[in-house]
Amino acid sequence: MTEKSSITLRINGQEHSIAVEPRRTLADAIREDCGQTGTHIGCEHGICGACTVIVDGEPVRSCLMFAVQAEGKAIRTVEGLAQNDTLHPIQQAFIDHHGLQCGFCTPGFLMLAVGVLEREPDISDDDLLDVLSSNLCRCTGYQNIIKAVRAAAAEMRK
Amino acid sequence: MSSPETKGSGLKWVGRAIRRLEDPALVTGQGRFTADLAAAHWVRFVRSPVAAGTIKGISAPDGAHVITAADLSGVKPIVPMLHKFSYRPVEQSVLADGQVRYVGEPVAIAVAASEEEAEDLADLVEIDIDETAPLVDARAALAAGARQIHPQAPDNVILEGNVETPGFDGLWNSAAKVVSIEARSRRQNATPMEARAGHASYDAPTGRITLTCTTQMPHLMRTAIADILGMRESDLRVIAPDVGGGFGQKMSLCAEYVALVWLARKLKSSVAWTEDRRENLIASFHSRDQYITLEAAFDSNARLLALRADIVANVGAYSCFPTTSGVEPLMAMAEMPGPYDVQQYRCRARGVLTNTCTMAAYRGVSRPVITFTLERLMDKAAAAFAIDPVDIRRRNLIAAFPYTSAMGLVYDEATYKETLEMAVEAIDVPAFRARQQSARAKGHYPGIGFATFSERTGYGSPAFAARGMAITPGWETVHLTVDPSGFVEARIGSSPHGQGLRTTLAQIIADEIGVAPELIRVVHGDTDTAPYGWGTFASRSLVISGGATLLAARKVRAKLMKIASHMLEADPEDIVLESGAAKVAGTDRSVTIAAMAREAYTQTHRFNGEIEPGLTESGTYDPPGTFSNACHVAIVAVDTETGFVKIERFLVAEDAGRIINPMIADGQVHGGVAQGIGNALLEEIVYDESGGILTANLADYMPPTAHEMPSIELHHLETPSTQSITRAKGLGEGGSIGAPAAVVNAINDALSPFGIQIDEMPATPQRIRAALRNAGRAA
Repeated sequence: MTEKSSITLRINGQEHSIAVEPRRTLADAIREDCGQTGTHIGCEHGICGACTVIVDGEPVRSCLMFAVQAEGKAIRTVEGLAQNDTLHPIQQAFIDHHGLQCGFCTPGFLMLAVGVLEREPDISDDDLLDVLSSNLCRCTGYQNIIKAVRAAAAEMRK
Repeated sequence: MSSPETKGSGLKWVGRAIRRLEDPALVTGQGRFTADLAAAHWVRFVRSPVAAGTIKGISAPDGAHVITAADLSGVKPIVPMLHKFSYRPVEQSVLADGQVRYVGEPVAIAVAASEEEAEDLADLVEIDIDETAPLVDARAALAAGARQIHPQAPDNVILEGNVETPGFDGLWNSAAKVVSIEARSRRQNATPMEARAGHASYDAPTGRITLTCTTQMPHLMRTAIADILGMRESDLRVIAPDVGGGFGQKMSLCAEYVALVWLARKLKSSVAWTEDRRENLIASFHSRDQYITLEAAFDSNARLLALRADIVANVGAYSCFPTTSGVEPLMAMAEMPGPYDVQQYRCRARGVLTNTCTMAAYRGVSRPVITFTLERLMDKAAAAFAIDPVDIRRRNLIAAFPYTSAMGLVYDEATYKETLEMAVEAIDVPAFRARQQSARAKGHYPGIGFATFSERTGYGSPAFAARGMAITPGWETVHLTVDPSGFVEARIGSSPHGQGLRTTLAQIIADEIGVAPELIRVVHGDTDTAPYGWGTFASRSLVISGGATLLAARKVRAKLMKIASHMLEADPEDIVLESGAAKVAGTDRSVTIAAMAREAYTQTHRFNGEIEPGLTESGTYDPPGTFSNACHVAIVAVDTETGFVKIERFLVAEDAGRIINPMIADGQVHGGVAQGIGNALLEEIVYDESGGILTANLADYMPPTAHEMPSIELHHLETPSTQSITRAKGLGEGGSIGAPAAVVNAINDALSPFGIQIDEMPATPQRIRAALRNAGRAA
């Protein structure tokens, strides 16, 4: 074990002061040190995207970033999407269009989609398909995920 | 999308695409998965780096907490058992004891206070192994003189099934034409997005252990682990919390979970393990590694007379519990004739032990492989008779029901021909052929492929008993309670993990007792609260747990009618139960279910002994099984320069009986087709000659992404099942069963001008290019 560093992570507007080894990934820190277990870990190779969170406005695979690199940055996770009891349009769209089955990859897809739609509200269908190909889902066959994200995009433009 | 309000009377909820009750928690990050639990101790399994050999020694740093087989005295080996098919009961030690038999086999356990420290420690554990040359391929393991992998299986054959219908030879010899195929299905990993994970904790006051793990079969995990460790079952509680996909990989017993329970008892503490993706790909269960030789005898009208099959399934290093490694070869043998009317059948099916990861169930179990084989053969036969591939299917599909197969399986009513015609019409074959002609003139190669198949679903204990399984699953029980506030809770033995069963069972209950699904909670996945049951696998839960739910709900309904009759002083025949109340028809007299429930618990003295107190009823269901069916059609474009295949269109015409929730049903088909497309084009676990795995991450083992998926067009027929009291048939596996055959048939159709045949899946660009190169050389 190596020396731990004290850092503060700002997740969904709330500060978490934690001590982590330099090798601690952001994904592990979010889940284990900050107790936000909605972010899931699917491969730790940066391939499946289950651990996608938004860091300073950009979707990021939190298994490929060290926790210490995220200090001072605004981190958003699935737990921060809903406002009180009102679901974010992307969450409602995933429910309405059956964009999830087991739900394990869902937080990663939600954060990927939100990150992209906030940056590019009028993204074309082709570009959206490119973006959604970043993450893996084993249950849905993607068709309903694509439908849900398009519906959410329309809702978010309103 | 339907509104969630109750409308009128009669069947109000079944058949509607209501939103899933599971979803609000899952989209807000409030799902609870095994790896979310904290633990005092973390473990890392030290796995064999070599495929075969004898362990000479295991060394670890002084003072480190490392467990080996020598520490596990009194722990029995895992010995799955079949009482038929010359099955040889091979033994698997929880940690390798003396021999290692595949890369990834658990040899030792590193225990530490954190996951990282356990990983660091595991890196320092050295295993000295005297290596032997491994047997990786099933044919190599079958070869005369091949080294014996287990003492119980002298020729490396763990089981062998043989069938021959009376009169086979006579009819075979009368054939006008015999068509054959040598099919090869490469190895796959089911790849649930959540890999395996387990957490065992010790409860000091009771001495009980709670194992939380990502399983499809919590009760059977309890039974198996208690047996192996010599515990009372009641001292072990198994919880399957939210489970991130299973697809069959999570129905077998993992040695790792046995080890966690053993450790939690030893340490009197909590112990956790989260598998990483590499471990999942190399050491969780594999599937589909088969060679099938299939020959078909036809009369002069291209009518199928007889089938002859030789099935060789590579079952890996050990047998899986509870199904045993019979799961693939025996399923292939039983269902090879598929949707075709053929009464003469001879088959030899063998399970072959090798130095590879253990094979177990994966969505569709063997049927993607046998459907691939049979449907490729039908296309070859069509070519041999110079008739259309659709036409040869028309001539041979089963059309009269009930139909008893050559293997004695009874097919209930289905729509094999109707779904084929539906698909042919929708895809517009003549238009495609015209386009194909003009495309070929420009050097483009589109192709069309069909697959028709039957999908045996919802089968109870008699079907499993036919395999001679020492553990014979099948039935399901549901306990249904209306609590004193009128809220309804169903406790079920099935263990859904993405299938939406909480919603569909609530729909069934809602119709029966007249309450909205939002007032119904379905509880599952905890052996302390759910009745004993077999979990979720084999497209069984909606049929079997759904049937048990309906039976329990009918009893609750009958009791509510009695209570209503008593409270309203009305004849039961005049009472209707709907929208949360019992009403006397034609009057304004009514009583709510909540009031009746309160009465059932707190005012029983008024029942004068005529009604039993409380409001809980049980239903148990053990059906014979039913057959869903479908026709899949793929249109592909093959780039002959690169071997790249693009799926331009994918159409499914399917019949799964009565549909409880169309949205959920469609989702199951979409997901199955995606896995089938992965199976057809992309996914392959590759071993090298030394038994090492070359595909140990998701960049090398490639499940499809959104890019590879076409939009799937769905067409439905609903033939209510006579073998299922809800009239529903199962449909969890069909998508994965039909898609590989349809896609590879389409590739072959595309490449027909080159005179090549691709009878192997996945049909990767490398294989397509190799076939084209060889054809070019031959020309």
